Amino acid sequence: MSQATLSIKNLHKSFADNEVLKGIDLEAQKGDVISILGASGSGKSTLLRCVNLLETPTSGEIRVNGELIEMRQDKKLGAVPVSLKQVERIRSRLAMVFQSFNLWSHMTVLENIIEAPVHVLGVPKKEAIVKAEAILQRVGLYERKNYYPGQLSGGQQQRVAIARALAVEPEVMLFDEPTSALDPELVGEVLNVMRGLAEEGRTMLVVTHEMAFARDVSNKVLFLHQGLVEEQGKPEDIFENPSSERFKQFISSVY
Amino acid sequence: MDFSIIINEYQFYLDGLWTTTWLVTLSLLLGLLIAIPVGIFQNSENRLIRFPIWVYMYFFRGSPLLVQLFIIYYGAAQFDWLRESWMWYYFQEAWFCALLAFTLNTGAYTAEIVRGVIATMPEGELEAAKAYGMSKWQTLRRITLPNSLRRALPAYSNEIIFMIHGSAIAGIVTIVDITGAARVVNARYYAPFEAYFAAALLYMCLTFTVIFAFKQWEKRYQIEK
Repeated sequence: MSQATLSIKNLHKSFADNEVLKGIDLEAQKGDVISILGASGSGKSTLLRCVNLLETPTSGEIRVNGELIEMRQDKKLGAVPVSLKQVERIRSRLAMVFQSFNLWSHMTVLENIIEAPVHVLGVPKKEAIVKAEAILQRVGLYERKNYYPGQLSGGQQQRVAIARALAVEPEVMLFDEPTSALDPELVGEVLNVMRGLAEEGRTMLVVTHEMAFARDVSNKVLFLHQGLVEEQGKPEDIFENPSSERFKQFISSVY
Repeated sequence: MDFSIIINEYQFYLDGLWTTTWLVTLSLLLGLLIAIPVGIFQNSENRLIRFPIWVYMYFFRGSPLLVQLFIIYYGAAQFDWLRESWMWYYFQEAWFCALLAFTLNTGAYTAEIVRGVIATMPEGELEAAKAYGMSKWQTLRRITLPNSLRRALPAYSNEIIFMIHGSAIAGIVTIVDITGAARVVNARYYAPFEAYFAAALLYMCLTFTVIFAFKQWEKRYQIEK
């Protein structure tokens, strides 16, 4: 069996006394598109944020391309990464798309996209610009390359955020509810771009409420409930034949 | 009322204008160099770093600029070790004492502006920097500072204006700045209205130049919003 691009074992996360994740296992092979579903408070965003250590897991193992993110126990802080350098390096290989876009507001669209390649990965600026322009063509925003994020609609901003993620050629793209902050008429343009990425064979982890996306685009679905994986499998199996009563309720309530 | 006095003595005023301009400009530049690191470290979690900064900022924001200038200009001579050191060469000069007082004063006020804009940095943009693998230092240099300093412009233009006006007290310690020039002219002709009115006009010119420049500057960044 080939090495998993991302592998998570027995992941726990507590905030003070509140245990949000109670032991999650997840494996993504290259090209997997995994949708993570769940009611609010089920821990799905926390899970995604643990992958690139925006939240520090309380315990468990995370491997990216087989490389273990090393953790140690600190008396005061609890679990902390052994090497911040390693964390930064791994983060630079995992791109994240946020619910509220989080584009850098003082930079133009183009500057946002070349920032990480040039200043984190050390790509020559000229090269980064050529690539960024090609990516912008793809997401249909080439004409807006000199605009500032504040001059764009939410849907456009999110497409720029996806372009920013693509520019680092990530091992895994992490999407944290990418359409939840958008007006309904803008959701489509973002989902279309994401669908294109999935077809291209990108490895994606998508926390979402878009059932249609989960069912039609992803090849694996994870349903979280109270910090545990309640149901998982291929979308065609679990949507047609859910084994968990809660997942049944969840899909009927969302549809 | 006789404004021909002013026209006859315009050279005094021009010299004064020049003195005020370089004194304030240099103080502001040096003050800014102090303010940026101080403002950054004021947000530090380490108390040992925060405490001396707190003392500095509260002293210079808590007392009048005039009193600070007196402490430096008149007070420094009281310390023998200072009088015997190489620094005395500077401390005996009124311009140096004024420059020092103004720099430390504007440094403290500007540090507070810097602290404020950094503390209100949009959380999501910092998170994005982290998520893309930037180190703390990179985030500060590439994201936090450029973003924050733009947001500081309106407050900082006010600080510059306060500094221009505050610098009028330099005239008290023998420096012939704009106010100093007016004092000299008044002493010569006993025409306080004309003498000080001319000074007011010059201060207004400086102030409006600053306001205009910052308007243009802010306009450039306005499109980003």
